[in-house]
Amino acid sequence: MAGTYTYPRYAYLTPPERHDGAARRHPVVVVGAGPVGLAAAIDLAQAGVAVVLLDDDDTVSFGSRGVCYAKRTLEILDRLAVGADCVAKGVSWNVGRTFFREHEVYHFNLLPQPDHQRPGMINLQQYYLEEYLIKRARQLPTLDLRFRNKVVALQPGDDGVRLQVSTPDGLYTLAADWLIAADGARSTIRQLMNLEMEGQVFLDRFLIADVVMKADFPRERWFWFDPPFHRGQSVLLHRQADNVYRIDFQLGWQADPEEEKKPEKVTARIRAMLGDEREFALEWVSVYTFQCRRMKQFRHGRVLFVGDAAHQVSPFGARGANSGIQDTDNLCWKLRLVLDGQAPDSLLDTYSDERVLAADENILNSTRSTDFITPKSPVSLTFRNATLALAREHAFARALVNSGRLSVPAFLTESRLNTADSADFAGAMVPGAALDDAPLRVNGADGWLLDHTGGHFQALLYVLDASALDAAQTAECKQLGEATPPLEVVVVSPKNGIAAGGLRVFADCAGRYAERYDARDGTVYLIRPDQHVAGRWRSFDANRLRTALARASGHF
Amino acid sequence: MPLKLEANFFEPGQRYWRAYTPGDDFYEALIETHRGLSDEQSALLNAKLILLLANHIGDISVLREAMAIARQDV
Repeated sequence: MAGTYTYPRYAYLTPPERHDGAARRHPVVVVGAGPVGLAAAIDLAQAGVAVVLLDDDDTVSFGSRGVCYAKRTLEILDRLAVGADCVAKGVSWNVGRTFFREHEVYHFNLLPQPDHQRPGMINLQQYYLEEYLIKRARQLPTLDLRFRNKVVALQPGDDGVRLQVSTPDGLYTLAADWLIAADGARSTIRQLMNLEMEGQVFLDRFLIADVVMKADFPRERWFWFDPPFHRGQSVLLHRQADNVYRIDFQLGWQADPEEEKKPEKVTARIRAMLGDEREFALEWVSVYTFQCRRMKQFRHGRVLFVGDAAHQVSPFGARGANSGIQDTDNLCWKLRLVLDGQAPDSLLDTYSDERVLAADENILNSTRSTDFITPKSPVSLTFRNATLALAREHAFARALVNSGRLSVPAFLTESRLNTADSADFAGAMVPGAALDDAPLRVNGADGWLLDHTGGHFQALLYVLDASALDAAQTAECKQLGEATPPLEVVVVSPKNGIAAGGLRVFADCAGRYAERYDARDGTVYLIRPDQHVAGRWRSFDANRLRTALARASGHF
Repeated sequence: MPLKLEANFFEPGQRYWRAYTPGDDFYEALIETHRGLSDEQSALLNAKLILLLANHIGDISVLREAMAIARQDV
């Protein structure tokens, strides 16, 4: 098969434990260097935490696999310093079109609002994402990335975990205060701990092909129900980097995976779809089935499960890798506060609570999509086709057409870390919401809210005139910087201005912050290190902020 | 009142974060109602459901409009 991508081979290095035989203890060990494990290790190492990252392989993902990376994921990747590389290489898109037989019935726009830095979605082969993350990981002095290191045994304890690791040089032992299991759907760590997953297996098979071709399909997601070139089934098309198109063909449960993977068979399917004689080449072909299931809890003592190791969804909606990267974003700041003694160990239970809720939302939405795409009974198929027939003309039916509800962040409205509203606010930025972006000017330079938030607790204080803040108020704001954990107060103002006492000022030049956050003179938002709202008020009160900060860092 | 053809699903007391959620809630409930039934049983269920909803709507001019749209291209 043709190759647009050269797979890197990362060198295996003898681990220090094998040199001197001494078992070392590390604050954090991450198992699995896929996108999710890499994101976790980078997040922690950027903050100076010593992390060992173990992976049983020595290269990146084979084939395009994850494909779609959503706006929220890109915003997290920006904080890991790889967002720009991914967006530059990937194909950005916002519009998805759905076809029934010969006709378009429906289209959606993931990001109808202007003034956001990142697009609704990008398509990028997973190997590029992993390559960029590995490049970033290797820049970090406290991140020890070990290829061809496979965990073979595990001993969990009250204050840490002991691991036995197999390498080309033989076995060694290492100990970790905390273990992050990011080792995928068939997680070795989960199996070694005899932990169960519960959920549903879907009886269907899908063929996926990465196809290199010169074509002029627009930068959109195209989905067909029952198209003339693949009767009775569905087809999904994504344009990726390097003129590699990703095509998913539904095959049905009866299909023989080995037979379907034969190049002549795949080529004929693609030829029928293209309907002409243009040249193309197959780069990767695979057949997959899927399940929707999760672990009961994602925390087991000192072991924290993230990504596919903790939960799996059907692929319709791009809610797999995207939710895994959001897991790490939720987990890592909590783990850092616990490691630094700034939060109780129970803060990590809220990682499990919040991300179990998000996993349930992802499982619910991707299961609904799967049920619409692959109806399980004749009556279900009749309703599906009736919806599609009505959708051409009637808006209510278009809203029911479900070819995938694409990955968006969960609203963590039930979280114990939130402080409930005590005043009325319009809009969606409720306690628990992930921040909406907004264009800003900071120190005279154009920027974005999401580039200037995250990593630590912040309070965004909106005032009409930054220079009018009095000295007493400014001193109170500065004192919050000495709280545990530290809280940075930032002034957001419609006018460029200088605040007393060296407080940073974000100028809301386009007015989008005021609009999206329903901000008035005096409105304060408390923002978590993962850019979720923890609380909001109509006036500044340092004591109230301290109470909410304590709650948001696990002091209930 | 003419037949509503814009999206119209909601549930009292629910706040929705995504526009597709109320419609998806309804669709799931509809398919779930048929779970485990034979084709014949499903057809009977559908007939009963239409009669119940038609009585709830009451306005026969609205029902005629819906019946005419449903009949198109069948």
